[in-house]
Amino acid sequence: MVGSIVAIGMGLAVIGAGLGIGWIGAKAMESIARQPEAVGDIRSNMILMAAFIEGAALIAILLAFLVAGV
Amino acid sequence: MRKIIIFNFLFVFVICFQSAVFAQDHGHEGHDHSTHENHDHSTDDHSTHSVTADSHDNHGAEAHGDSHHGHSEVICGVEVDHSFEVGKTAMHHIGDANVYSIGPLQLPLPVIAYSNDGGLDIFSTSKFKADLLGHGDGHAAYNGYVLHEGSLKRVAPGQNFPNGEVKIAGFVPKEEIDAKGKKKEVMYVCDFNELYKIENKSTADAGLFGGGITSFYDFSPTKNVVSMILVTLFLGFVFRRVAKSYKAREGKEPKGLQSFMETFVVFIRDEVAKPFLGNKWEKYFSLLLAIFFFILGLNLFGQIPFFGGSNVTGNLAVTMVLAIIAFLVTNISGNGHYWKHLLAAPGVPWFVKPILIPVEIMGIFIKPLTLMLRLFANITAGHIVLVVFVSLIFIFGDSGQNVGGALGASVGSTLLTLFMMAIELIVALVQAFVFTILTASYIGAATEEVEHH
Repeated sequence: MVGSIVAIGMGLAVIGAGLGIGWIGAKAMESIARQPEAVGDIRSNMILMAAFIEGAALIAILLAFLVAGV
Repeated sequence: MRKIIIFNFLFVFVICFQSAVFAQDHGHEGHDHSTHENHDHSTDDHSTHSVTADSHDNHGAEAHGDSHHGHSEVICGVEVDHSFEVGKTAMHHIGDANVYSIGPLQLPLPVIAYSNDGGLDIFSTSKFKADLLGHGDGHAAYNGYVLHEGSLKRVAPGQNFPNGEVKIAGFVPKEEIDAKGKKKEVMYVCDFNELYKIENKSTADAGLFGGGITSFYDFSPTKNVVSMILVTLFLGFVFRRVAKSYKAREGKEPKGLQSFMETFVVFIRDEVAKPFLGNKWEKYFSLLLAIFFFILGLNLFGQIPFFGGSNVTGNLAVTMVLAIIAFLVTNISGNGHYWKHLLAAPGVPWFVKPILIPVEIMGIFIKPLTLMLRLFANITAGHIVLVVFVSLIFIFGDSGQNVGGALGASVGSTLLTLFMMAIELIVALVQAFVFTILTASYIGAATEEVEHH
């Protein structure tokens, strides 16, 4: 039972992170299309922001692991 | 460049001892546990046949195809089921081990173990008489230590297990209910007439996956440590050569290996160090390069199939040490401005301060925590997915019973694995880059000069 709830929680965390990273990617593509000369700056900032979101999702997943007692 | 080599060596030496520290932490717990639990072997219930991953069948296909076709054998009167379990196979393959595997070979490594009751033991894992082509299960115990699935484990103290070299019949898993009422799998070793309980794995990554409670301190250079030393030596060799050619070809264009490495170094300088660290970039540049190449090298080394199969950057202890280095550098080089904004939060309304300041203080620790988890989770997830894709062959092949299914699945599995490995190559680069850029941004935020408005 706990395992299934944990699995749902992990899924939710991943949905959140996926939405966030997808949004960043979409906006970065848009910005690159508007200003192709800024591609370098936009790319590294995109990766940085994606990494921050990923961090939040990873904490959620780790807590899920701990709750499940794996 | 010399600094980078020194930094890399520092990493290895620090990390060599991390697993020992963890074993120590859990060591005390181990003693408590072993005294409270009763080792009742007489309850010989036969309902406990869930088995360790033990991909006996997995390697059976290539190494010893004649062994147990029925997936079960009887050890010490208990029927042990050897059928294939994906989850456990994956956990076993991403974990650390005390043997070094090159192809199907399991090469022995040294063991340095210390226990309070047994003293210091230094020997080689070849003492366990594991099959060279097997899967790391020892056929002998030595001074109370056994080799189970490639990792060093100890017979739990207080069971009168004979010292010295003892022949053993095999390992028997049993499901038991622990003090908290949770079901748990406990391993037993059989010396041909009696079952002895053995402890879980000792390393920190095993601790996350259900191990970690041991009564001994494990200082052994494990598979991960050997991989780390190999990669560090390789990086040292590469950087020495590059540094030499810079001296020899001063004022000329770079050539060969030098121009290949220059791309990375210039990339880190222009994309990471200069934008985030401003005019102090030179001070932290060697640290950033060391972190970048150490992580990149180990990420890529973990991608090589059939050699080592090590998962170093996917080991929580390794990434923790890297994150601690980032944490220490950030906070030691943090200036007054940084600490003032952190602890006093000037310019913030008074009623927000009680919320903001604790959050900021938590942030100091959460930043390295996410650094540690990000690298660990990305690399480990990649390795697990690879093992699961390869396992498809054994699932569809019903562990060797269904050859047609295995053939069909092997085609799909190969394609999926190739695709995943291509993605993992990008992940290896991106994660090394992300770790470096985040370290640089934390250091940059801590060393920012005060702006007078």
